[in-house]
Amino acid sequence: MTGLPRLLPPPEEKKHSQHLNAHVGKHGRLPYRDRAGTLIRDIESAGLTGRGGAAFSVHKKLQAVRDSAARRHRVPKVIANGAESEPASDKDATLLWLSPHLVLDGLQLAAEAVGADTAVLYFHADRAHDVGAMLSHAIRERQASSLDRIPVQLAQAPASFLSGQETALLNHLAGGPAIPTFTPPRITERGLGGAPTLVQNVETLAHLALIARRGPRWFRGVGTTEEPGSMLTTVRGYDGQPRISEVPLGVPLPTLLPELPDNSAVLIGGYHGTWLTGSQARELTLANSSLSAAQARVGAGVVITLPPDRCGLAEVARVVRYLALESAGQCGPCLNALPRIAAALAEVAAGRARQRTLDDIERWSGLAAGRGACRHPDGTARFVGSALRTFAAEVGRHRNGRCAAAATEPFLPVPRSAALASSWRS
Amino acid sequence: MVEKLLVNPIDCAGHGACAELLPEAIALDEWGYPIVDPRPLPPSLKRDARAAVSACPTLALRLVKSDP
Repeated sequence: MTGLPRLLPPPEEKKHSQHLNAHVGKHGRLPYRDRAGTLIRDIESAGLTGRGGAAFSVHKKLQAVRDSAARRHRVPKVIANGAESEPASDKDATLLWLSPHLVLDGLQLAAEAVGADTAVLYFHADRAHDVGAMLSHAIRERQASSLDRIPVQLAQAPASFLSGQETALLNHLAGGPAIPTFTPPRITERGLGGAPTLVQNVETLAHLALIARRGPRWFRGVGTTEEPGSMLTTVRGYDGQPRISEVPLGVPLPTLLPELPDNSAVLIGGYHGTWLTGSQARELTLANSSLSAAQARVGAGVVITLPPDRCGLAEVARVVRYLALESAGQCGPCLNALPRIAAALAEVAAGRARQRTLDDIERWSGLAAGRGACRHPDGTARFVGSALRTFAAEVGRHRNGRCAAAATEPFLPVPRSAALASSWRS
Repeated sequence: MVEKLLVNPIDCAGHGACAELLPEAIALDEWGYPIVDPRPLPPSLKRDARAAVSACPTLALRLVKSDP
């Protein structure tokens, strides 16, 4: 892994990495282009894709916002998305805490590339640090040293699973609740205040800031030809502790997870992701071209191995209950299917399931997928379907009243749902 | 250009009028929400589709032009 990490500081620099002087000393000042479109071409040659989960081509989004702005005579807006509402992920918070100026550089450069006059950094609160105070200090320092050309506003994402979804984010910034709206039109056409809007994940912007300095060839120095570059991952092994590491795309999964016995289970891509067996995972790499064979995707780089003493079905039932509670409750199929699936999975985990319970889960998952304003029902259905395949033997054991797990305390991180604190619309 | 039916799932409240008027292209799920045939609408159904669109109490159903 030559030249990595790129985004996060090596351990000896961590103490000072968030200071502006240290950042400028290491990376230099912002390489503004002063010529429209040149950065977009570099990003295209680099082949950078979004690191928030969807892996959408970044230059296409930049170009779409630029084109829409020109066509509609509107000045665009740029938003850095650090909501990281996936509970199992911790890479965006880590990046913002250790390398805030790389993200803020990327925000300025992306704004210049599309001609934006407004930038927003959308971040989430963190138990360990006062991220908001640190970021507002960082922004003031940058303005004082005339690094930034356009002002940056800070906005804190509510602690909910959907708060990072693009339309939910826009809805929140416009003063509404952080729940999805129904698109079209695309937000690259009409986003914040009706202006063409670029929303990019914070890690994506940090990569962009480095590509602007070092060029596409440097970026392609790691990763694969199809999926170049590196990405931040949140890996949880048997101890359950999140480890953030930056790895090249295409790295074999066994490199990330040393413990992969045949009958173990691996979750790729978080709570909208896919469960795989250890023997499947051993053959795959961290790239969509490899994972797609197993109906999995890299997503935002969450990789978790379930320890052998835990009950996968109990874990899945708990996560799906959380996902059901986190539904915005706006779309009929999601509102109806998710709580039913969650209740049925609790029956499966408790050993009370009949064949009909499993048939119901499959049918409800089919009815949920593709029928919401956002992809929450689709992601939940993928998580559930892959869990029932991966834990098929466990399902059989539970129906005979047995469970292989020795430990009962929860393993996968599930926050207390905001929906429980207020009322549950049913 | 072909025409397709598009439901806004947030506006849809599951009244079911669309499935009454256009059963050839719209079924209801077990909770009463429409399952719309994703294929292009055959021209013979256009009149009934317009009726279904205007009958929706929440204006959640639209007939949109799209590439085939």
